[in-house]
Amino acid sequence: MKLFKWCFGLLALLITCGPVCAQQEPVKIGVMNDQSSIYADLSGLGGVEAARMAVEDFGGSVLGQPIQLVSADHQNKADVAANLANRWYDAEHVDVIVDVPNSAAALAVQAIANQKKKLVLISTGATSDLTGPKCSAYGAQWTYDTYSLAAGTARALIQEKALKWYFITADYAFGHALQADTTKFITAAGGEVVGSSLAPFPTQDFSSFLLSAAGSSADVVALANAGGDTINSIKQAREFNLFQKGKRLAALLMFISDVHSLGLNTAQGTVLTTGFYWDLNDATRAWSKRFFERRHAMPTMTQAGVYSAVTHYLKAVQAAGTKDPLAVMKKMQDTPVNDFFAKDGKLRPDGRMVHDMYLVQVKTPEESKYPWDYYKVLRTIPADDAFRPLKEGGCPLIAN
Amino acid sequence: MFGIPAQVLFGQLMLGVINGAFYATMSLGLALIFGVLNIINFTHGAQYMMGGFVAWMLLQYCGIGYWSALVLAPIIVGLSGLVIERLLLRHLYNLDHLYGLLLTFALSLVIEGLFREYYGVSGQPYEIPESLRGGFDLGFMFLPKYRAWVLLASIGICLITWLVVEWTRLGSYLRAATENPMLVRALGIRVPNLITMTYVGGVMLAAFAGVLAAPIYQVSSIMGSNIIPVVFAVVVIGGLGSIFGAVVTGFMVGLLEGVTKLVYPPATNMAVFAAMVVILLLRPQGLFGRRNY
Repeated sequence: MKLFKWCFGLLALLITCGPVCAQQEPVKIGVMNDQSSIYADLSGLGGVEAARMAVEDFGGSVLGQPIQLVSADHQNKADVAANLANRWYDAEHVDVIVDVPNSAAALAVQAIANQKKKLVLISTGATSDLTGPKCSAYGAQWTYDTYSLAAGTARALIQEKALKWYFITADYAFGHALQADTTKFITAAGGEVVGSSLAPFPTQDFSSFLLSAAGSSADVVALANAGGDTINSIKQAREFNLFQKGKRLAALLMFISDVHSLGLNTAQGTVLTTGFYWDLNDATRAWSKRFFERRHAMPTMTQAGVYSAVTHYLKAVQAAGTKDPLAVMKKMQDTPVNDFFAKDGKLRPDGRMVHDMYLVQVKTPEESKYPWDYYKVLRTIPADDAFRPLKEGGCPLIAN
Repeated sequence: MFGIPAQVLFGQLMLGVINGAFYATMSLGLALIFGVLNIINFTHGAQYMMGGFVAWMLLQYCGIGYWSALVLAPIIVGLSGLVIERLLLRHLYNLDHLYGLLLTFALSLVIEGLFREYYGVSGQPYEIPESLRGGFDLGFMFLPKYRAWVLLASIGICLITWLVVEWTRLGSYLRAATENPMLVRALGIRVPNLITMTYVGGVMLAAFAGVLAAPIYQVSSIMGSNIIPVVFAVVVIGGLGSIFGAVVTGFMVGLLEGVTKLVYPPATNMAVFAAMVVILLLRPQGLFGRRNY
């Protein structure tokens, strides 16, 4: 009987201690990305490694507890991503999900984060809707978005009098968003979209779409796709002699991993907009060399973005003294982002992390002097020019 | 015609025929293997990928170019097929189809996983050989020389295979072994060797298609899984076990995709499978298949 009373008392103590004990649970970061299919090289295990580096550089612990890092492969499927997010937030006590490539998956995960009142820091997911109509007080988009890609590349080409555009678009959320954002710039400048092809996602053979593009009156053939799709499109565009017909190719989203795969012979001359380049300055070079030692490849902008986002998050948790999502988010917004990735970057209330972007061109094989020497920076696009103004996004959180 | 300019139509049909050539070569290998071994070779996609990768490796590490790779890569991948057949598949011939499918599916996962581990998914650069660069301006489209070569090579290899199977003594042994292996063995013909040779032959066809694909598609660990669903659909539509059916259906599917891309591009990936469903409902043994399967 005495034993029973003791056990009962202990149990009661544990139950009441529960909420208090929960506060002492360590910070758990979940890196969710595509590790096995078309986007695996531009984020994938490299993104996980970047997060790991951020945790290690931060000291491995915050608020007196070791930081836990988990990762999973969402296989580029929105439903798998959604299930994973639910499980992570509910059963596995993950505090923040990071990366999330594939705009459809990113939208799904951000909606779940909003519902569960937990944080998500998106590095690779591109659609500007994440900080627009689908914005969330619990979500941040760190590295780039479809608007900034359009702002950089479209403006540059329009300035060179390329006013007739033909789109080859990946038929899902990302492709549509990118085409829509770019079209706004084209029509605002008096240009015209003369045609477009919707390619199933993913596609191996772009020959029919390229054929349609070649037959059109466009000055520019714009690729609103990414990863393996972009690689195949560019390879086949060269094969079908698209450039000889006086047309230019705009790869609206391209990563250094794509250039590495294509080789400079094929990729040379392509103009693109990027949020990061490993060879920009001493700070980027130092970090990237450390990354290279672990992954044997230079980091893409999204992998660098994961590092920056995780570091900024951990600093905010430390400064706020709590894991509470809204408190941490407020701290993240109040503190400027200053690291090798961004100088005076700012996290806005709509979730957009605003920082300088870069318009670059892929070097010719002769211009490249050492391995991974792929880009020449044409110009730096200042943060406020690069991203959509706060009031124009249609984010319900922003009072108009 | 149908509201589509003739130029565009012919251009797309041309491309459809070229793609169909790829499908034909791949499904020929699959049909051959199923016809003789009764094994559904899911590893076919991985072997296609290995063909492309071996071609890249030959260039990268040995400086061996495209033309030699066309011969060497199928031989090397064929040897790996030999190992698979002797060590693993041999034990499954008397069992249900399902075991063969499970084994080859598992093998494909392992092989693709290994390549992905070492090489990632973005792919390796492999350029079109010097002599095949450029193209012909046909008026209604620009036809790259390389694509024309793919068409010719595929038709050529399908013809050679058909000739061997239909017109040579070896081919007659093969066809006999499909119908009645016991009797063939009783007549003194080494059936196990015949079977191994057939498997290796099918694998070599996949690898050959892989080398053809290397300069125009990505040489990456996922290139096989991209193409294999369509190839399976082609074999099923053509009729399991019918070699002629596989080749003809390959071209037809290529044309179907070409037309779909013109009329309603978002349905491109789906068109083949929709056709498969319809044809199987009307004719379960496939277009050219035999009824007693």
